Amino acid sequence: MKKIKIQIDNREVEVDEGTTILKAAEKLNIHIPTLCHHEDLCIAGNCRVCVVEVEGANLLSASCATPVMEGMKIHTNSMKVRNTRRTILDMLLSEHAGECTSCTRSGNCELQTLAGYYASPDNALLDISIKSKPDTSSPSITKDDSKCIRCQRCVRTCEEIQKVGALSMSGKGEHAKVSTFFELPLNTVICTNCGQCVTRCPTGALVERSYIDEVWDALSNPDVHTVVQTAPAVRVGLGEALGHDPGGRFTGKMVSALRNLGFDAVFDTNFTADLTIIEEGSELLARLTNVLTGDKSAQLPMFTSCSPGWIKFIEHRWPHLLGHLSTCKSPQQMFGPLAKTRYPEATGVNPQKICSISIMPCTAKKFEADRPEMRASGFKDVDYVLTTRELAKMIKQAGIDFDALEESECDSMLGKHTGAAVIFGATGGVMEAAIRTVYELVTGRQVPFENLNITPVRGMEGIREATLKIEGTVEKYRFLEGVEVKVAIAHGLINADKLMEAVNGGNAPWHFIEVMACPGGCLSGGGQPIPTSPDIRAARANAIYEEDASLLLRKSHENPEITKLYEEFLVDGPLGHTSHHLLHTHYTPRP
Amino acid sequence: MSEDKINKMQEKINLIFSDCEVCEVVSQALAEDPEQILKMLLVSSLRGRGGAGFPTSLKWKFARQAPGDRKFVIVNADEGEPGTFKDREILEKVPYKVFAGMAICAHTIGAREGFIYLRGEYNYMRKTLEEQIQDFHNKIAGKLDFVIKIVSGAGAYVCGEETALIESMEGKRGEPRNKPPYPVTAGYLGCPTVVNNVETLVYVTMIMKMGPQHFASLGTQHSRGAKVFSISGDTPIPGIYELELGMSLAEFVELFGDGDTKAVQVGGAGGFCVPRKKFTETIIGFEGVPTGGSMMLFNSTRSMYNVLHNYLDFFCEESCGQCTPCRVGCQQLRKGIEEVKNHSLKPVHLDVLKKMTDTMRYASKCGLGQSVPNSFNSIIDNFREEIIF
Repeated sequence: MKKIKIQIDNREVEVDEGTTILKAAEKLNIHIPTLCHHEDLCIAGNCRVCVVEVEGANLLSASCATPVMEGMKIHTNSMKVRNTRRTILDMLLSEHAGECTSCTRSGNCELQTLAGYYASPDNALLDISIKSKPDTSSPSITKDDSKCIRCQRCVRTCEEIQKVGALSMSGKGEHAKVSTFFELPLNTVICTNCGQCVTRCPTGALVERSYIDEVWDALSNPDVHTVVQTAPAVRVGLGEALGHDPGGRFTGKMVSALRNLGFDAVFDTNFTADLTIIEEGSELLARLTNVLTGDKSAQLPMFTSCSPGWIKFIEHRWPHLLGHLSTCKSPQQMFGPLAKTRYPEATGVNPQKICSISIMPCTAKKFEADRPEMRASGFKDVDYVLTTRELAKMIKQAGIDFDALEESECDSMLGKHTGAAVIFGATGGVMEAAIRTVYELVTGRQVPFENLNITPVRGMEGIREATLKIEGTVEKYRFLEGVEVKVAIAHGLINADKLMEAVNGGNAPWHFIEVMACPGGCLSGGGQPIPTSPDIRAARANAIYEEDASLLLRKSHENPEITKLYEEFLVDGPLGHTSHHLLHTHYTPRP
Repeated sequence: MSEDKINKMQEKINLIFSDCEVCEVVSQALAEDPEQILKMLLVSSLRGRGGAGFPTSLKWKFARQAPGDRKFVIVNADEGEPGTFKDREILEKVPYKVFAGMAICAHTIGAREGFIYLRGEYNYMRKTLEEQIQDFHNKIAGKLDFVIKIVSGAGAYVCGEETALIESMEGKRGEPRNKPPYPVTAGYLGCPTVVNNVETLVYVTMIMKMGPQHFASLGTQHSRGAKVFSISGDTPIPGIYELELGMSLAEFVELFGDGDTKAVQVGGAGGFCVPRKKFTETIIGFEGVPTGGSMMLFNSTRSMYNVLHNYLDFFCEESCGQCTPCRVGCQQLRKGIEEVKNHSLKPVHLDVLKKMTDTMRYASKCGLGQSVPNSFNSIIDNFREEIIF
């Protein structure tokens, strides 16, 4: 590639042709402030915070959007740049109804940070913010236009990463705003509640709907028995919200923190992730059996159903393909009914007094818990869903010194898990966990991968495919002998949509497809600490796989508490009557 | 008296609306080597007539040199600058000369497709234009592989900005793009594209017909040739006039004023407001005040506060709203003068606003935000008292 030589702040640098000024400056460790720029998104160049001076040009250039040209002499900190940057910050603050003291994002707000560095000490511009009421219609996401600075990161996220387009720009000039379809409430449009917009919003214009107060009320009420579950990705994200670098694992401290917060029983969504594998693996084998023995009604490929953003997406966009979705509930919603049936049965706690709370890396889980389908226990199976960020906030509110906590383990019965459950938090993880179990069920042997690491299904490619030849089958699965099982994995709904196009067109070679709505999987869900970036996702994924490798049990069917559950409670086995009632569901088209 | 003089001045030029055998001109141009055409345009010193004044020969040269099998010629007929109405007249009276200019451009840069981006309000002429285009297609059949289509604008002022225009043509929100790349290398559908004003293309046709020297002999050193002016406001003879560039505003007001002219807004809402005391020293052209053709005369009955407020209303509405300096700046300017006028703020706030316009000028994404300071500063500087009291 052609090299371009330029000068930035009187220092020479050579970069590839097509590099932006911003990236070239990074190479010299020169920091240029940005706001509308995001590593995951296309270039917008609309906030203008990153303008720099190029010698010979009267106009300033947006460094995020301007490619370098041979011989350019750039100044990132000239008087003209400083004055302009300050005015732009003042302008943004003048249209931002910045109630920092009450804002969820205070302390982690990009606008606030930039204002601290660059804005005028005495902003002479007039307040032109529009004091609109936030849209609180969604159980997952609250949209407050009065805090929006029109950087359009959310719009780009919804379109480029998710291909949903629930948010788009409407109006122009002073009326330009981020809108839903015809300004309808967020809960009535095609929003999948994935919260990817929330993790990319630089301000508090898009935040999760918080249930912290409700959970504190439950914790403080002596008549309420609180049961908590934590999703696999939470333990690799929580540290970031408490001041640690990305990539740390905090399972033990997290469990201790939950006990300190006062939860009566601290369980693990990982337990029901293992359970999901047993049920979903059995369902896959049942579908394969039916198809290979001539039953045309069984639908393949089967899609995973753990990601509630994905579920809503398919309900809207591909409703006629709903039959391909696994009927298994997500681990959160398998846990919910067990916490209100199995747990009270075994302990004698009155199920009416149980408040079931889940800590999720996800905003869509809040919506999922509210779905009318999710009342198999006779109660609302999961009462409240908190994000990783909300848990971190509660830990801070409670004055817990997180770093000083001893590590501890979850309570037994619904708390033990294997490494297969941990990797649910990363894209490809459900697939890998399923293969570890299904292959062994079918052949009686371990998967033929070193240390059980099924590397072909790992990684951050948007769509991945793998083929596994089944050989040496046990008697029961002899019909699978020699079959090449084809699987595909997609993360980010734009990638899922590509697979759906293929399935819809009848040219999908796969038997089993894993879809996670969020890029990277749950580890970068809409409820995870902000910010997100490819590097941060890689670090969290690393931590997930380390956690898996550190465990003795790494296959879901080896979880002794799962075995016990089937012996004592789900006595008619996987896909049996009780399972069917508590752990499976059906979804409805939303055209 | 002055009408006679104006008539004589127009007759001397008479390029835009004169009769012209376009087929002959096109045939003559097609016989020329494209490089030769570029040279002629260079000699003529023709600069874009939309207002920005980019040298036409250079624009075409870039598009010609840009690699790509598919290239486009687009006529910017979105005429949206307040006080401009000349393109409508040109398209109604001499449409074939516009088509000819497009064909010459197509031949020069290697395009086979052309579009007329027609202002939404001009849709009434669409049917006629389409018939005329069909006729033109028949006339050039066998000579040049070139097809013209009409695309209708939807009413946004910012779509007169060439990259916003292209976005609009692609079916997206009409918002200006980041530049570079410029349309000459990556325009409509990512292909090299020339976007020219209606009037520019007519001059191209006439330069082809008459040779570049005639055009270059008109006007001044930096503003060669003539220009079609849309003259409105406090004048007894509003209308469209083709005049030589380089005239002083004093001469202009002498001809078109009502005897009581206190200011002339040159170049529309994004242009400059020139007060009477500066009429003599101000040249109409790129060395003085450039204009896309809009000339609005104000007499002493007009409140310059109202004039400015009207412009700012317009900009608050017509900014696309994507970039901060333009979206917020326009609102700050309007609210600021309102608060000064009603004495909620001290007059020094006008100086805060003037300082803020530096940021609009240097950091806005496109020409819209960059040019808002023109009218604001020229009115504040020259009519400060009227804004305050």
